[in-house]
Amino acid sequence: MQLVLQNISHRYGGTTVLEDISFTVDDGEIVCIVGPSGCGKSTLLRIAGGLEQPGAGAALISGAPPEGSLNPLTYIFQDFALLPWRTVEDNVSLVLEDHGIERRERRSIIADVLARTNLADFAKALPRQLSGGMRQRVAIARALAVKPAIMLMDEPLSALDSQTRELLMDDLIALWSRERFSACYVTHNLNEAVRLGRRIVVLSRRPGRIREVVEIDMPLTERAARLGELETLQRRVWEIMREEAREADREISDVA
Amino acid sequence: MSHETTVPETARADAVGTRDEATLRPVPFRGGGFVHRPLGPVAPIVFLAILALWEIGSRSGFISQIALPAPSEAFGALVDLATSGMLWKHVGASLYRLFVGWTLGSLLGIAVGLAVGLFSLARAGLLPLVSALFPVPKIALLPLFIIWFGIGEGSKVATILFGTFFPTVIATYAGVDNVDRNLIRMGQSFGLSWLSIVRKIIVPGAMPAILSGFRISASIAIVLLVAAEMIGAEFGIGAYILMAGALFALDQLIAGVALLSVLGLCISWLIGKAEKRLLSWRA
Repeated sequence: MQLVLQNISHRYGGTTVLEDISFTVDDGEIVCIVGPSGCGKSTLLRIAGGLEQPGAGAALISGAPPEGSLNPLTYIFQDFALLPWRTVEDNVSLVLEDHGIERRERRSIIADVLARTNLADFAKALPRQLSGGMRQRVAIARALAVKPAIMLMDEPLSALDSQTRELLMDDLIALWSRERFSACYVTHNLNEAVRLGRRIVVLSRRPGRIREVVEIDMPLTERAARLGELETLQRRVWEIMREEAREADREISDVA
Repeated sequence: MSHETTVPETARADAVGTRDEATLRPVPFRGGGFVHRPLGPVAPIVFLAILALWEIGSRSGFISQIALPAPSEAFGALVDLATSGMLWKHVGASLYRLFVGWTLGSLLGIAVGLAVGLFSLARAGLLPLVSALFPVPKIALLPLFIIWFGIGEGSKVATILFGTFFPTVIATYAGVDNVDRNLIRMGQSFGLSWLSIVRKIIVPGAMPAILSGFRISASIAIVLLVAAEMIGAEFGIGAYILMAGALFALDQLIAGVALLSVLGLCISWLIGKAEKRLLSWRA
């Protein structure tokens, strides 16, 4: 399944936040979106998943979702968005309960996704008992439970400390190597972008336009060993962004 | 200033690794205070000390019997009440009114509060009404309730019902407003139905606010209970207190007030239990 964003523009009140954004997320591809703060990255992702309507343009999907996909476009949120009153397994169960799946099958789906994210021992724990990294793993398990075609990840590692971030990035790469999921990955962290992205869409400051699309051909699994080359790439992306980021930093923001 | 002249010397001494042992001293601790320690036995000690002082004051004649009867006399009045079999009659009548009035008021309040929290039309239409009626003392409406619902149980239950309804509405809709928007957005992003989002995300998320609303509405209910029972009630703690007051039987009056206090404590304990159970997910 493909996600196609076509000439998307969006305004909040009098402020244009996105202008004429078009790109495609192909099957099995991770597309990273980077840009200075306030450039509308998160808005773009909300539009892509149908949580917000664009002022102009359209978010389209093409092709059928994979067999058994309950929620083709599935989000991973920066703040994890776990229900604090539900245990880990019940948080995963939440997104299955509306699909009329019989209890036994639900149990087996939950056990399966928790095993895939190494959470089996934490099934009965409450979110507050878990570290930030574990909470985000729960959110990833919840996303896997609905068999998404495309994951929409909104700064999924930004609320984590840098060691946890490294661990989760390894997890994501391992997961991707196994399952080849496609994702639209919003981040402000260029290191994450060059480690995970097949393509990096660089946005300008508000109003967000596409400044450049950087393609990275290096296989995901090899990247951890070839950090030197990634460093050069990362610097290149930073050169594109630098002036934009500096200007964005000096702007007075009135848009949340 | 003096420290400006001494600090550079010691700093230099540290930099080269030689300590000036003569001036070595601990960093003064200044992080204390502003933390509450649980002091379990203090509350009963204070309570018993006041009772003891009061008893001693009465027995020594320092406190006049006419002004305030001794606690032992009030206790005696309570024992009399219990042995005559009237205690349960009074308490039972009060508990019944309290239970029916508070339960109905709370259920209606939660329903209307959810509607105000969820639907724009209900908010626009009902919220000004709630704001206008909440501050009206329900006791002032008691004569009206007597005409509408009769002098019997109806008017008493209605007073408590109306008194608990408004604070529950306000607590509930404020709780709904405070539910993390991102959790709702999460529910929408996974395609949960509207009813599921309300039942599984909004109601549990508003529960802390609803329960703290219960604490307030329960106290209001007790106040209104006594007021309502002072008009046309044969039994009830309020009727007992009114009767004692009319006869200037101060020992009975104190006994009745003590009953109300115990009632309030019991309800607050029950709500505490409910909070522990329903909100165990909070730290």
